[in-house]
Amino acid sequence: MNIMLHMPALLIVLPLLAAFVTPLIDKLSRKARNAFVIAIVVIEEIMMLFFAFHIFSGNIAIYTMGSSEPTKLVTEAAVPIRIVLEVDAMSAFMGIISATVAMAAAIYSISFVEESKGKGKFYTLLLIMLAGMIGMEFTGDLFNMFVFLEILSISSCALIAYRNSDGNAVEGAFKYMVVSNIAALLVLFSIALLYSQYDLLNIAALSKVISYTELDKVALVLLVTSFAMKAGSVPMHYWVPDGYSPAPASITAMLVSATQASLYALFRVSFTLYGKVITASYIGVFLIILGLLSMFIGVTMALSQKDIKRLMAYHSVSQTGYMLLGVGIGLYLLNTSDFNTYGIKAMEGGIFHIINNAMYKGLLFLTAGAIFYRLKTRNLNEMGGLAHSMKYTTLFFIIGALAIAGIPPFNGFASKLLIYEAAYRVSPILSIVAMIVSILTLASFVKVFHSAFMGAKIYEVEEAPKSMLIGMAILAAVIIILSIFPGLVVDKIVAPAAHALANWQVYAGGV
Amino acid sequence: MIYNIPFITTAILAVIGLYAVIFKRNLIKIAIGITILESAVNLSLIAIGYRKGGVAPIYTNLPPNVDIPHGMVLPVPQALTLTSIVIGVATLALILAFAMKIYKHYGSLDSHSRRLKE
Amino acid sequence: MSIVVRTIASSIFPMALIFSFYVIMHGHLTPGGGFQGGAIAASAVVMLLAAHGYKRMESKLSMDGLSFVESTGAIIFVVVGLAGLIAGVSFMYNLLVGSPIFGYVPHGANGGYLNSGGILPILNLAVGLKVIAGLSSVVLAMILFTEGEE
Repeated sequence: MNIMLHMPALLIVLPLLAAFVTPLIDKLSRKARNAFVIAIVVIEEIMMLFFAFHIFSGNIAIYTMGSSEPTKLVTEAAVPIRIVLEVDAMSAFMGIISATVAMAAAIYSISFVEESKGKGKFYTLLLIMLAGMIGMEFTGDLFNMFVFLEILSISSCALIAYRNSDGNAVEGAFKYMVVSNIAALLVLFSIALLYSQYDLLNIAALSKVISYTELDKVALVLLVTSFAMKAGSVPMHYWVPDGYSPAPASITAMLVSATQASLYALFRVSFTLYGKVITASYIGVFLIILGLLSMFIGVTMALSQKDIKRLMAYHSVSQTGYMLLGVGIGLYLLNTSDFNTYGIKAMEGGIFHIINNAMYKGLLFLTAGAIFYRLKTRNLNEMGGLAHSMKYTTLFFIIGALAIAGIPPFNGFASKLLIYEAAYRVSPILSIVAMIVSILTLASFVKVFHSAFMGAKIYEVEEAPKSMLIGMAILAAVIIILSIFPGLVVDKIVAPAAHALANWQVYAGGV
Repeated sequence: MIYNIPFITTAILAVIGLYAVIFKRNLIKIAIGITILESAVNLSLIAIGYRKGGVAPIYTNLPPNVDIPHGMVLPVPQALTLTSIVIGVATLALILAFAMKIYKHYGSLDSHSRRLKE
Repeated sequence: MSIVVRTIASSIFPMALIFSFYVIMHGHLTPGGGFQGGAIAASAVVMLLAAHGYKRMESKLSMDGLSFVESTGAIIFVVVGLAGLIAGVSFMYNLLVGSPIFGYVPHGANGGYLNSGGILPILNLAVGLKVIAGLSSVVLAMILFTEGEE
C-alpha cells in the first residue's frame, strides 16, 4: 500500500475517527484520553509535514473517494462526479498551518481547560474542527467545501460557547453561528448557480469551462463576500471580537487558523475557479479596499480596548487586512506584465503573512490565556507586574509582540516588507497605510506589555502549568525558525504556494 | 411562465429570511429567518434539478415507459439538498440551544436589551 | 399526559421503530436512508417523552448511553470507509460488491433487492444509529435545560 497515495484522505479521516473514539476513551480514563489526543495531533502533524514536502517538490495529489483507482477520475461520462480531493502547494501550505496550530492548542488545553464532564466533548469538537479545516483546504469539490465549512463552523461555535456559564460566550457563539450560517447558505446558493449552468461541482473541471456569464458574476460576488465574512474582514468583522474574546484561549488560536481556511477558500475561488476569466480586476481592487479597511479599522479599534483578548481579536482583523492587501495586489495585477515582476512578490508576502499570523497570533492568544488562567481576569487595568512571576510567559509574549509589530529580525517583518515593496509600486498610499498600521500595532502591544507585565509585583502567582508552556513553546519555536530562515522559507514553501495560486492551469490540469 | 414560479418563490423566501435576520430583534425570530433562507436555497437547488415531466430518479418505483435516464429529474441537486437539510437540522439545534442559554443568562430574548441588563 | 395518550404512545412506539428500521435499511433502494429513518425513530422517542414526561423516562434514557451509541455509529461509518483504504484501493471504496453479503448487483429496472448496494446498507445503519442518538440527545439536552439542570 502506497501511503503517500492515500495521504489526502488519511489526513482528514484520522482526526475524524479520533474525534469519535475520544469520548469512548474518556469513559475509561482521563489520562488515557489526554495521551490519545496528543498522540493523534502529533501524528497528524508529522504526516502533514511529510506529505507537504512531497507536494512542495512539485507534485499535485489527487484522491478520488471510493474509486478503484484513486489518482484517476474514471467515469464513463469523462466528468468528475465523485468527491475529489486535490492538494497543491497552497493547500499543503495551509494544511501545515492548521495541523501545527491544532497540535499546540491540543497540548495547551490539557491543563488550560478545566476538568469537567464536558472535556471529552471538548476534544471531540477540537478534532472535528481540525478535520473541517483540513477538509476545506484539501477538497477539490465545491459542494464538499460547503460541507466542511459547515462542519468547521458548527464545531467552532460549540467550542466558543464551551464556558457556557459566561453569558458573553454564548452571545459570541450565537453571533458567529448566524454569520457563518448565512455565509454558508450564500455559498450553497452560488454553488447552485454554477451547477445549473455547467453541471459540474469539481473546481478544476469548472475552471476549465467557466465563461463568465452574468450568473457567474453573481456567484463570484456571493462567494467572495461570504468567504470574506467568514474570514472576518472589515465590514463583516463584528463577530470577531465577540467570538474570540470569551472562547477558551486554545480555541481562539484555532479560530485564527479557521478564518484563514476561509481566506484560503476565498483565494482558491478567485484565483483558481475564476482564474481563466478574471481579467477585469474589480475583485482585486475590492480585496485591496477590504484589506486597507480591515487593517486600519481593526488597529484603531484595538487601541482603545481594555480586554486583552478583545484587543488581540481586533488585531487579528487588522492582520487579515495585510493578507487581503498582499494577495489582492496579486489578483489586481494577474495577467498583466507587472505580475511577474512585483505582483507575485506581493502574493508571496500575503501568503507568508498567513503562516506568520497564524503562529504569532496563536502564540499571543495563548499567552493571554495563560494570564487569564492565573489571574481569572482579561481586564488590562487589573493586571500588572506579571514579568516577576511568569517569566516564560513574558518571554513568549515578547516574541509574539515583536513578531506581530514587524520588528526586523522577526518573521512579521519579512512578510510585511514584501507587501510594502510591492504595494509601493502599485500606489505609495497603500504602503504608507500599511506602515502606519504597523506602527499602531507596535504601540498597542507596547501598551499591553506595559500594563500586564511591567511594574511592581502585585500578584503572587505561579508560572503557567507545563502543558501550556509546551503549547506556547511550539508556536514560539516555529516563529523563531521562520525568523532565522525567511529566505529559505519563502523559496521552499511560500513561493510554490504563490505560484500554485497564480497558475490556475496547473490546478485544472491535475484533473 | 409557470416554470419560473419556483425561482420567484425562492427570491421571495430569501428576502423574507434576510429581512427577519437583519431587522428582527428576537433571537428565535432570527433563527426562523435563517431557516427560511435555508428553505429558499434548498428550493432553488431542487428547482434547478427539475426536468419538465420528469419522474423521481428511483429505479424501483419507475412508472412504465419512462426514458432512462432522460425522463428522470437530476438526482445530484436532490442529494445536495438532502445534505444541506441535514446540516440545517444541526445548525438550527445549535442556534436554538444558544438562544435558550442566552435566555437563561439574561432573562430576555431581545437582542437589544441584553447588554443593558448586565 | 392522560392514560389514553400514554397507552397509545407506548403501543405506537415499536411500530415507529420498525418503520424507521425499514426506512434505514431501504436507504439504497427507495427514498430514505440513515438520516430520515433516524429522524423517524428520534421523533418516536420524542413522542414517548412528551406522553410520559421526562421524570418517568429518566431511567431509560441516559446522556451517556446516547453519546456511546452516537460515537459507535460514527466509528462504524469511518471504519467501513477505512476498510476500503486498508484493502489498498481507496477510502470509501465499495468493497462488498460481488461478495455474498449485500453484494448482489442487479441490472436494469427492477423491484429492488435488499442484498444489493455493497457497503451502503452498513453505512446507512451507522448513520441511522448516529442520528437516532444525536437527535434524541438534542431533545433530551433541551428538556434537561428547561428543567433547570445544567
